[in-house]
Order: sequence, then C-alpha cells, then structure tokens
Amino acid sequence: MVGITSYGAYIPWHRMKREDCVKAWGGFAMPGERAVAYYDEDSVSMAVEAALDCLTGVDAKKVDGLFFATTSSPYKEKQCSALIAVPLDMRSDIRTADITTSLRAGTSALMLAADTVKSGSAHSLLVAAADMRLGAPAGMGEQQMGDGGVALLVGKDHMIAEILGTYSTSDELAATWRSEEDKFVRAGEDRFVMDEGYSKWVPEAIGGVLKKCGLTPKDITKVTLDPPGDPRRHGKAITQAGFEAGQMQDPYGLVLNVGLPGCATSLMMLVAALEDAKPGDRILVVGSGNGADAMILQVTDAIGKLGERRGIKKNVASKQVMANYNDYLRWRELVPQEAARRPDKQHIRFSANWRERKQLLGLWGVKCRRCGTPQYDNGAATTGPIRICAQCQAQDDFDDYNFVRRKAKVFSYTQDNLAAVTDPPASVVLIEFEGGGRAFFDLTDRDPAKVEVGMPVEMTFRKLQYDRGLTNYFWKARPVR
Amino acid sequence: MPGSIRDKVAIVGMGCTRFGELWDKGPTDLIVEAVNEALTDAGVELKDIQAVWGGTLFSGTGGRTVSEALRLQYVPVTRVENACGSGHEAVRGASYAVAAGIYDICLAVGYEKLKDEGMGGLPGMENRTNTHYQSSMPGVFAMMATRYFHRYGLSPEEGKKMLGKISVKSHKNGAMNPKAHLRREITLEQVLGAPIIAWPLGLFDCCGVSDGAAAAVIVRADMVKKFHNKPVYVKALQISASPTTGRMLTSYDYTHVEEAHRAGIAAYKEAGITNPRQEISMAEVHDCFSITEAVTMEDLQFSPRGRVKEDIDAGTFELGGSLPVQPDGGLKCFGHPIGASGIRMLYEPWLQFQGRAGKRQIKDPKLALAHNMGNEPYAPVVSVCIVGL
Repeated sequence: MVGITSYGAYIPWHRMKREDCVKAWGGFAMPGERAVAYYDEDSVSMAVEAALDCLTGVDAKKVDGLFFATTSSPYKEKQCSALIAVPLDMRSDIRTADITTSLRAGTSALMLAADTVKSGSAHSLLVAAADMRLGAPAGMGEQQMGDGGVALLVGKDHMIAEILGTYSTSDELAATWRSEEDKFVRAGEDRFVMDEGYSKWVPEAIGGVLKKCGLTPKDITKVTLDPPGDPRRHGKAITQAGFEAGQMQDPYGLVLNVGLPGCATSLMMLVAALEDAKPGDRILVVGSGNGADAMILQVTDAIGKLGERRGIKKNVASKQVMANYNDYLRWRELVPQEAARRPDKQHIRFSANWRERKQLLGLWGVKCRRCGTPQYDNGAATTGPIRICAQCQAQDDFDDYNFVRRKAKVFSYTQDNLAAVTDPPASVVLIEFEGGGRAFFDLTDRDPAKVEVGMPVEMTFRKLQYDRGLTNYFWKARPVR
Repeated sequence: MPGSIRDKVAIVGMGCTRFGELWDKGPTDLIVEAVNEALTDAGVELKDIQAVWGGTLFSGTGGRTVSEALRLQYVPVTRVENACGSGHEAVRGASYAVAAGIYDICLAVGYEKLKDEGMGGLPGMENRTNTHYQSSMPGVFAMMATRYFHRYGLSPEEGKKMLGKISVKSHKNGAMNPKAHLRREITLEQVLGAPIIAWPLGLFDCCGVSDGAAAAVIVRADMVKKFHNKPVYVKALQISASPTTGRMLTSYDYTHVEEAHRAGIAAYKEAGITNPRQEISMAEVHDCFSITEAVTMEDLQFSPRGRVKEDIDAGTFELGGSLPVQPDGGLKCFGHPIGASGIRMLYEPWLQFQGRAGKRQIKDPKLALAHNMGNEPYAPVVSVCIVGL
C-alpha cells in the first residue's frame, strides 16, 4: 500500500488579465487572468515554495528523496532536485532526480515515486512539479499558460489517499515541443493534436486504469485531468470516457485564475480535488503528453487530520493584478532594455556559494549556546560563516538555527530608486524575526506604497542573480500572504 | 596606558584640488596638484619629504600610485584604505610615524578618481558578493532616516524638512567655496520637491560623487618654527571600527552610529575636551547623506539624543551659528572623492586657522573637529580628528 501523505501548492502572487495581452497585441482574449511568476521566480523557486507548503508539519529529514518535474528547468545540464533539497533541509543520503521535457513529467514523477516506495527502496519520497513555460508574445499560448507549482509526499504511513492502480501509454506525436534553440513553446496544428493526441490518449489511459483496478466510471468521485489549451476538449475527453460532467474536477478554477502551469497542471487539480475530498472518495488523475499517465486514488480518513496549508484555494485567493502587460515583458526579459547606469554586479563566486550553501540556500543561522542569541549574517565584508557571537563574542559555540519558517516584522525599510533591479524601486527591509535575529533582505511581492515599519513578513525562496549561466538563489522577505 | 598624539605633530602646509567631475584630469593630475599646493604652502620641496601615506579606495594599487605620479625617488610610500575613511587613515599613519620619531617630515595624501567609471555610484560598493540584498548606498542610509522618523515621531514631511535644512545650509556654504563641486544655493522647496533617490532621501539629501585630491605636510611639533604658516597641531586622532553587529542584533536602534559616538568620546578625552558643543569652534563631518549629518550631531554630543532638529531649526550649525558645521560645503557640496575627503575635511580648518577662508571665515577658531566615516551606519569605521592652535 502506497499513497499520498501530504500535499502543497504554490501560485505566484502576480496575475495578468488576459485582456491586457490583447490590449498590447490585439486579437482574441481568453476570459480571466493568469498567474505570472515574478522576475525573481522560476520553476526551481516555485517548486521550493510548493514543497515547503507540502512539508508543513513534516520532518524533512525523514523523507528519502525528491523528484523534481518540470519542462522549464533553468538548466539543460545540472540537477535542480539536489539544489531544491537544500532549502527543504533534506538529508544528503537521498535519491534525487529531475524528470523533465514532458507535460506529463508531473504524473510520471508521481508514479516513479510511488513505485520506488512500493519496492521498498525508499520509505517516503517528495514529488515537486513546477513550470513557467513561455508562449511567444501575441500568441494564445501566452494567455493559456500560467506559472505555478505543486508538491506531493508519497509514502506508506498516514496516507491521505491510497494509490489503487496506475496505467500508462506512450505515443509519438509532436503536440508541443521546444528545441535546443527555442525560447518559446511550439505547438502542432490544434485539431490534429486534439484529434490524434489528447482525445485518444486520455480515454485510452482512463479506460486502462479503470479496467486494471476493476472499477467503472460510476465508482469515481472526481476525474482530475490537465485541460488542453482549449478547455472545451477537456470535458469532451472525460464524457467520451463514460463520465458525467459532474464527475469532472472543474478545470475553470485553474484556467480562469492561474492558467495552465505545464506539467504541474494535473497534480494541481488533484490537490484542488483533495482539498474538497471526503474519506472514501476515489479520484482519477490523468497527465497527458506523448501518451498519458492515469492513476486512481482512494481518499482515507487521514485527510481530515492534515494540518493547515496554503494549497490551491489560499494561493488562488492571494493575488495582485499586474498594472499592465509591459511588466510581463520586463520580468521575462522579452524586450531588450537599457541597462541601469550603475556599477556592474560582481560575479557569483562558485566556491564561496558552495561553502555557504547551507546558510544561503537553507537560511541557516546560528544560536549562541552561551547567550542564546539567534543570528543570521547577510552583508558581511567577506564570506561567512559566523565564528564569533555578535552578542557575547563566544567563539564557535553555536547550535544551528533555521530562519525559513519564522515570522518577522519590518524594523526599517527603504524604497531604493537607484539600485539596479528589474522592478524598481528596490524595496529593502531590515527585519526582526520572532524569537530573535535581525537581517537585511529584499522585499518581494510587495506594493511599495503599503510597506511600513512593523509590517509582518515571511520568508520566500527566490532567484537573486544570474551570472555566466548560473542562477543564484536566496531568500527574500515578503508581506505575509 | 596608551599614549596620545596631542600636540606631538603639526600640519604646516596643505593642498586641495578643486573637487568635481574632472573629466580632463587623471589620478596623477590630482595627486600632483594637491601635493604641489601643500609643498608650496609649507615652503618645502618634494625631496624634503621622508615618507608618504596615501589614502584611496579605488584609485590604483599600492604606494606606487603616489610614487609614480610624483616620481618620488625611492622613499617609503604606504597606501592605506579604510573605505570612505581612507583620508584620515593617511593622516594617522603620517602623524604616528612622525610622533614616533622615525621621521621629521611626512606627507599624507588622499586621492580618488571616480569619474572614469562611465556611470554613477561607487564601483564594488553595491551588490557585493556577500550582500544578498539589492540596496544602493543611499538605500542603507535611507533606512536610518526611516527609523529616525519612526522613533522620534516625525511625519515624513517633518523628517524630510529637518533633513532638507541641513542640505540648504551646506549648499549655502558650498556656494562660497571656489573649490567645491556643487556651488549653487538651493531652497527648502527645491529639496522637498526633488526626485527620491531612496525613500525618504531625495536628490539633495545625497552628496556628490567627485574626483579630487588633498594633501597635508606633517612635521614634529618642535620643528614648527622653521615654517612660516601658523602651525595647526593634531589634538586627537581616534578611530573606531565596527563589529558590524548592528545588522544582526535587535539591540541596535539604527538611529545613531555607535562607532562615531565612541570615537568622539575617545577623541575628546585625548584632546582634553569636556564640553564639545562649547569648545569646538567648527566641525567638518562625514555628511554623505543628510541623515548622516543629523545623527552625527547627536553622536558627537553637539545635540542631545533625538533633538538635533531643535539645533537645525535654531541655525546652530550654520556659518553664523554657535557651532558652524560644514563651512566648506561638506561632502554634500565640496564633493566626495573617497580617499581625499578625510584630508579635505582638514583643509577647511587649515584655511580657517590661517585666516584664509574668505567669505566663509569664522571668527577666531580654536579647535576644529573632522569626522570621517567609511561604510554603512551599522558597520562603519569612524575616525574623529581634532586639530587646533
């Protein structure tokens, strides 16, 4: 018996009205809005956020591995899951893998994790799927796609939903693709892709998994299926497989508010279904792309015991509508812009970042054993670590102290118009953590007009600098969402 | 017991270039011009100089930058760097070497060529590898203003007005200084209406980024009779380097600079000053930003804590006030070529003591204080130098 033991999700704060795309380019506007990752976010940072949500109340040291699914990895070569494991504070003797380049990478990762746990190779595994795909400006893809992430913990104990069975198919058909040279996603002619791809893959996989589990459509409470660009095809595929419309996990919540976050889509819909699920419900999950993955889960009594988290609902509700389409172009660096006339940033120092990976990626500080003062050092003249206590000057007598989930308040701030940032002003804050410790951080996901002394903030994992192909990740503060 | 520099060495000549965006001058020009003026002023020749201390943050490496510019003939040159406090550091090195009896006559020179960078700001001071937030230097000082306003209950309008008056005063003085970078008087309305650089600091709350150099000839006190100028004795040279814990510990209030306060106390003790507000005739402080000057007035005990506004409103620090501050325009208007600033701060007292300050002349000055600060308010090195007759 193997199943899902916890879930979490992440949806960026910023949303773009689809009509703003049409204001910029003309054409036809899809209804609603889409989530837009801020300039300091990518699929890695969103995976970390979703995973942190999923690990609420979970001891990350007991998780035996991490599978990261994405089609928009910041790297063609270099593992992201090993990086993601550091801010999550996972062990180093774990299994990590990036599952990429397919829109069903999310469901594939979930099945791989389930089979690994089932085989006894791991006790529990974390699956984090996140995507930030790019549709070419002025195209429908730009409106249809959205940014977001999801995370599921797979294990045998305290399952909230048990996996009853899985079924997969494989088919060679170029539905969507992005080559080595492509910045934007390409897609085949839509009716061809729908008729010969999606509309065949989905019913076939659904039929396969039902048969394998000895179930019929009426035994299923909800079908969660990633909708194609045209969501009408989604309902058609489900009814074609023998389901009533009411059994469909409504895709419009995601389509109208978030857009389609690539390989995270069907798993985000699964989380949305789990948020409303009752013990005994059966959920059929399908992920499609060059064939399809299908899986049936049965919700257990433990679903009622899962602690508070953001999930899909709270993430959807917490938002800021973007002022205009130009910001989207700027954040994605789709238009060349004049560089700020400020001194160049220094290069990333690879070895220093490696040496300090725990402090930088994990936001680990120290707590002095003599005087009890928690400390985090951001802005030293040279690289860390802290060797001498800032308060009592005791040397090398510390316990590790983590600041990731600690609440904080703004002690002072500035709105800096001079600093060269993608979305000026640079909002910089000096914050004080509950329980002690103070440090400077960038403030992200903020309305500059609403920043004030005393404002409650929380920590969020972000991109900080891109240099020579390498992305530097760090933590920023954000107003509590 | 530590010794004291008080009255052991004297300045007998000084030089200072015009500060500004000196597109047609390189570091060599600046060094040669400042040193020439200082040597002529002192009535000595380059060959009389036994050792040199050069202060700079960015311009060139090693003592060679100075020896090369002056074609010094194999005398020792030490390059010192203490961020924006490098100028005072050069004076300290030269003064201590003379006081130790190693040399009779030394030269301190501070220099900086900033305007070859092709853009504003200071290279390497922002976005440093170990600073994982994206603030400019105005930004980190702006946060002190935010906190000062918050702590003392000043509305943004009241706070900005208080700071604005500081800049109006410095511009008034700078307009009278032919060597200053910014030589225009401004009104409070202009200050308040200027673009925001880093909230709450606006354009006129920030000092200029300038090129320039300044130099001083320093000799043993018992040699002063050989020189024609009125000797100006070093009364105190105190420096305090920060443990930089203010950004980590919640005990730091971010409305003062502890290192300035401590350097001030030590300097007053060394100079035998018990009531600085009464005894100091004039001060040149490190007004990189208006808020820095405001809190420095409190750190140096010129104004009570939280009450500098009363002195600003009363005009205490204006040229005609009881304690003129920045009579030469300060960093705000004279400009801020990093390594030169600490020595420039002594150039104005030098002129004032010689009675050569023109329209800015203060009546009968006895003691002058120069306050030179490097790095952020929670992590600085602060030097306080007191000179007098």
